[in-house]
Amino acid sequence: MEKLKQLEKEMMRLDLPEFAPGDTVKVHVKIKEGEKERIQVYQGVVISKRRGTVNATFTVRKVSYGVGVERIFPTHSPIIEKVEVVTRGRVRRAKIYYLRKLRGKAARIRERRFN
Amino acid sequence: MCKGLIGRKLGMTSLFEPNGGSVPVTVVELGPCVVTQVKTKATDGYDALQLGFGTKKIRRLSKPLLGHMRAAGGNFAMLREVSVDDPTAYTVGQTIGTDIFKVGDRVDVIGTTKGRGFAGVIKRHGFSGNRATHGVKMHRVPGSVGNATYPGRVVKGKKFPGQYGNQRQTMKHLQIVDIRPEQNLVLLRGAVPGHRMGLVLVNRPQGVR
Repeated sequence: MEKLKQLEKEMMRLDLPEFAPGDTVKVHVKIKEGEKERIQVYQGVVISKRRGTVNATFTVRKVSYGVGVERIFPTHSPIIEKVEVVTRGRVRRAKIYYLRKLRGKAARIRERRFN
Repeated sequence: MCKGLIGRKLGMTSLFEPNGGSVPVTVVELGPCVVTQVKTKATDGYDALQLGFGTKKIRRLSKPLLGHMRAAGGNFAMLREVSVDDPTAYTVGQTIGTDIFKVGDRVDVIGTTKGRGFAGVIKRHGFSGNRATHGVKMHRVPGSVGNATYPGRVVKGKKFPGQYGNQRQTMKHLQIVDIRPEQNLVLLRGAVPGHRMGLVLVNRPQGVR
């Protein structure tokens, strides 16, 4: 059992910054087009984080040309070049799915204050 | 070359491919196994190696079995025979590790499935069952099992409730994704029969591939 846990630990990425639901993040995604590889930046609000060592995922939501887009990233996936935290949001629950129903001004998230 | 090893299923996890794909793998602690008996054509009529793996409390082993294992120097949890090309290359007491396999090989894995006891037809055969409400008085029963006067009997092989699981099962042609010889670990693509910590036999597939 210990060996399995150790194996999983090896595969996990520990270089990503800490972020939480409510935060706005920029995810740099590697995209392969034929031979060339380029990096696309996907910016949005983290609305959920799923735990589970190597199988952990997080969901990033953004509104693109009036259409809501949600992308689920495996946290430890090698296609993620890096994650940047743009703002820290103050939310009161772990899964902020209520954001889906809100538009415009109502969909704002208060920024977290640090003392 | 020895064609198989005994191991222990540690559990499942997933690996990432460089392109982001996810590969489901079962982690098996494979070997090191100890040769407990060498069988040759001259003495036994066929070539094989008997391997031992793991440990079992001595008081749980019978004296005849202990006597048999003494030559190899151990109290093993499991003894299994595997086929071998040249049995004369091996001696009793010799240990065999994961180095007989290499990454990319295909193997057959034999294990004992999780025991589910005496199970009904829904769990055992995937029947859909009946309605829960609207006056239905039976919910998980098999229903009718045949016709009337003709044929006047239930056809052979009809699916009924009964013992489910705790049976020997072989998963064929699982791919070895990775080997970690220093930890005796082998990563196999896909699922392997049995519960975690269950003993499994990993064999090279029979016939030419």
